[in-house]
Amino acid sequence: MRTLRFLLEKEFRQIFRDPAILRLIFIMPAIQLLVLPLAADYEVKNISISVVDQDRSSYSRQLVEKISASSYFELVNYTSSYTQALEDVEDDKADVVLQIPSSFERELVREGKGELFMALNAINGVKANLGGVYLRSIINDFNQDIRLTWVQPPRQNLQPQIQVTSLNWFNPLLNYQYFMVPGILVILVTLVGSFLSALNIVKEKEIGTIEQINVTPIRKYQFILGKLIPFWILGLVVLTIGMILARLFYGIIPEGSLFTIYIFAAVYLLSVLGLGLLISTYTETQQQAMLISFFIIMIFILLGGLYTSIDSMPEWARISTKFNPVAYFIEVMRMVVLKGSTLYDIRFHLLTVAGFGIFLNSWAVLSYKKRN
Amino acid sequence: MKQFLYFIRKEFYHLLRDRRTLFILFGMPITQILIFGFALTNEVKNSAIAILDNSKDEATAAIIHQLEASQYFDLLLNINSNAELESTFQQGKIRMAVVFPEQFQRSLLHNNLAQVQLIADATDPNVANTLTTYATSIIMDYQQSLSNGIPIPLMVNTEMRMLYNPQMKGSYNFVPGVMAMVLMLVGAMMTSISIVREKELGTMEVILVSPIVPMRIIIAKMIPYLILSMVNIASILLLSVYALDVPIRGSLVLLVAECFLFTLTALALGLLISSVSGSQQVAMLISLMGLFLPTIMFSGFMFPVENMPIPLQVLSNLVPAKWFYYIVKDVMIKGTGLKTVWMETLILAGMLVVLLTVSIRKFKVRLE
Amino acid sequence: MSSQPSISVSKLTKRFGDFTAVDEITFDVHQGEIFGFLGANGAGKTTAMRMLCGLSLPTSGTATVAGFDLSSEPEQIKKSIGYMSQKFSLYEDLTIRENSRFYGGIYGLKDQQILQRTQEMLDHLKLESQADTLVKSLPLGWKQKLSFAVALMHDPKIVFLDEPTGGVDPVTRREFWTMIYAAADRGTTVFVTTHYMDEAEYCDRVSIMVDGKVQALDTPSALSKQFGTKGMTEVFIQLARKATRSDN
Repeated sequence: MRTLRFLLEKEFRQIFRDPAILRLIFIMPAIQLLVLPLAADYEVKNISISVVDQDRSSYSRQLVEKISASSYFELVNYTSSYTQALEDVEDDKADVVLQIPSSFERELVREGKGELFMALNAINGVKANLGGVYLRSIINDFNQDIRLTWVQPPRQNLQPQIQVTSLNWFNPLLNYQYFMVPGILVILVTLVGSFLSALNIVKEKEIGTIEQINVTPIRKYQFILGKLIPFWILGLVVLTIGMILARLFYGIIPEGSLFTIYIFAAVYLLSVLGLGLLISTYTETQQQAMLISFFIIMIFILLGGLYTSIDSMPEWARISTKFNPVAYFIEVMRMVVLKGSTLYDIRFHLLTVAGFGIFLNSWAVLSYKKRN
Repeated sequence: MKQFLYFIRKEFYHLLRDRRTLFILFGMPITQILIFGFALTNEVKNSAIAILDNSKDEATAAIIHQLEASQYFDLLLNINSNAELESTFQQGKIRMAVVFPEQFQRSLLHNNLAQVQLIADATDPNVANTLTTYATSIIMDYQQSLSNGIPIPLMVNTEMRMLYNPQMKGSYNFVPGVMAMVLMLVGAMMTSISIVREKELGTMEVILVSPIVPMRIIIAKMIPYLILSMVNIASILLLSVYALDVPIRGSLVLLVAECFLFTLTALALGLLISSVSGSQQVAMLISLMGLFLPTIMFSGFMFPVENMPIPLQVLSNLVPAKWFYYIVKDVMIKGTGLKTVWMETLILAGMLVVLLTVSIRKFKVRLE
Repeated sequence: MSSQPSISVSKLTKRFGDFTAVDEITFDVHQGEIFGFLGANGAGKTTAMRMLCGLSLPTSGTATVAGFDLSSEPEQIKKSIGYMSQKFSLYEDLTIRENSRFYGGIYGLKDQQILQRTQEMLDHLKLESQADTLVKSLPLGWKQKLSFAVALMHDPKIVFLDEPTGGVDPVTRREFWTMIYAAADRGTTVFVTTHYMDEAEYCDRVSIMVDGKVQALDTPSALSKQFGTKGMTEVFIQLARKATRSDN
């Protein structure tokens, strides 16, 4: 135990003397939390629409007015040429084109039905999806409006009507930052826990100071604990800084208990530290360690449901997330912060991540040899 | 000239002998493309939902059946009370709940009016939006089916067509972004690390004392990464075309030329970083924080730039990757030519010139 | 000097695949002896020393270091030895005091002992004023002497020195060797590898490794007589010339 105490003293001294690490610990959360959520706004707004009105009737004008009045769309062009509108899309001036054919009003009045045509720039799938959905709903509203003025009110009730009300729970303002910030907190903690720890150990390998340790009576487990504990503490510190920033800048106050978050973070850190340790065992230079950790963590983050939903992934990818500790933490963070989930609610997540921790750390400890 | 070639050869050896690094530098773009192409999608489907059916009649059964049949929803859980609702959400089991009041069918038949409540987990606002819209349209379809036989006057029908990406593949958005990311990583970060490592080990001085012009040394260091970058581009394009069915609609020559231009820009950035970094660790950190992260954030491939607050939008113009992404998207996916992207190309070229001048000057100062 | 050898090596071998780096070396080192371990680059001396320190697992053969068996009791050995290498010994980003405290602590010294011995060391080396400076700002010669002093702090029975005076000026080298003599006088066995032939003359006995085997082992004067030379340099050159393995 005494040995461990001396080891930890040395480790902490070295960490705090390293200017790069200190900067990282404070600047990284700041940048990631302050800039990233502002940048990572997936809310779809201001869809530019180019309307091709070949009818120029009162109905068509009514529709166009409705569209330009809507907050979803920005009318960028009102033309009679479909080619012109397509060019707008090509030049990225418009995302959506709505074509109102020349016989629109006439057909509606005479035959009771009208045809509209919309083209969407589907390179950005989300925009196209939502753009289509919003435009459809505006058109439906328009449809209802003209029906009301055309048809006598009593006739309406002949149709059965289902009124659908929707409630948004946990994030009623549909604030995208509430979605992103917990995820970013997870990334922060993960980076400190695995990336920095792997780099630290490999640096010793590169310089040669590891040999010096191997020659002393320091036991394997003491050395490893001496490396894990400082970064474990640092991870929790970064988490705290992150949460304070989240509170100050985004007003995000966890619905659930802080205790739950910290318990999970503590266990989670053990598993990512194990990962960092493992990486350091198998790499020789800092460059390799950095690239490999980066690679692995990137895969974990991408497949972890940070900004695309895990549900929509193909079967094989969804199965892979079961082995992805990052995915668990992202989900838990969101659950606890936004929904107020309790320790009991996340028990399976907790146990699984603990399991990863045990597995990874054991593997790392076993493969670390003081003499080879 | 011969000495120069020897130098290039040495640099190649460094790169080729570090198997692990090489593996990552090759494997990363390929893995990213595969993940982005096959695993990540902005589509919403397979969402788990729950039903709280207080009515349990034919109408609710029909609607439930429709929901079940849809590819958007999965795993219908049956809940029995309002209390269960919150905890089911909290345990992360469902994304939305559909609540039917009592006497649903009776209200519908007698009063022509009934209500359904959709409760969405708005943790992910876009998913919540999409799910409620899907569910509403399914319910509306059911409503429509009830009134079949009664002609509804004034039906407006809308036909939809998806341009450039009819199958709504996420990959069309991602591939240009992955290209930008990889080129930045290999071109800028690896170059800067390679130069700084020489400084750190002290062998830089040995080289400086040799008869070779220092600038040539730097160029020799960049060449392996230039070649590696082009190889990566080739593999990304091959994968995209053959595995992801992403087309190259525009001119391949133009595309490759733009990639080359961007790679050079990345290399110049690498040089700049190396001239301000004292150690490998610092070079890595600057590359990651100062280059990579902004590339991901501001290029526009993951997060829409137009949604960002104005100051950030302005900032994004400084990121070369933003212009590159725009160019690749246009040339590759839309199939446009130089006449559309000439301005962006000029901007990128301008950035290259500025970066080269600044970094060469800084480097020379450092040497003295 | 007591009868039990400090280090006892018997047919110690290290193979890397087909390559035999150390080939069945056998020798003893007496307590309190200054034992010079020489050899050309590639001869296997570094590998041999690494085995004795517990940094490398022998392929075959046995050895006893400080009374403990090399293969089965490596951790006991580590408590009884000190180690210093040219490549590294003290942490550059810690101060002298912090380094000393660290090494003292992990070798089991009590806080009081650590303070005491650190003070003694600083006084002896006249580095009191630098006690709280980072090691990286010290000149090489001082670093080497400090490393040695720190390696001795826990009173090890044997201290292994791997080319300890590389790159250091002659005055500092002389001072270093004074420290080595002092340690040997106290009964510490000093196992040192070096390239400096004049240092070989300072040792009690010298062994020269060629191609993985110990080709010569005796006192410097006996070896000179044996090979008919005036000094160790000639002995070394004669033996090294016969080597089939070298750096090339």
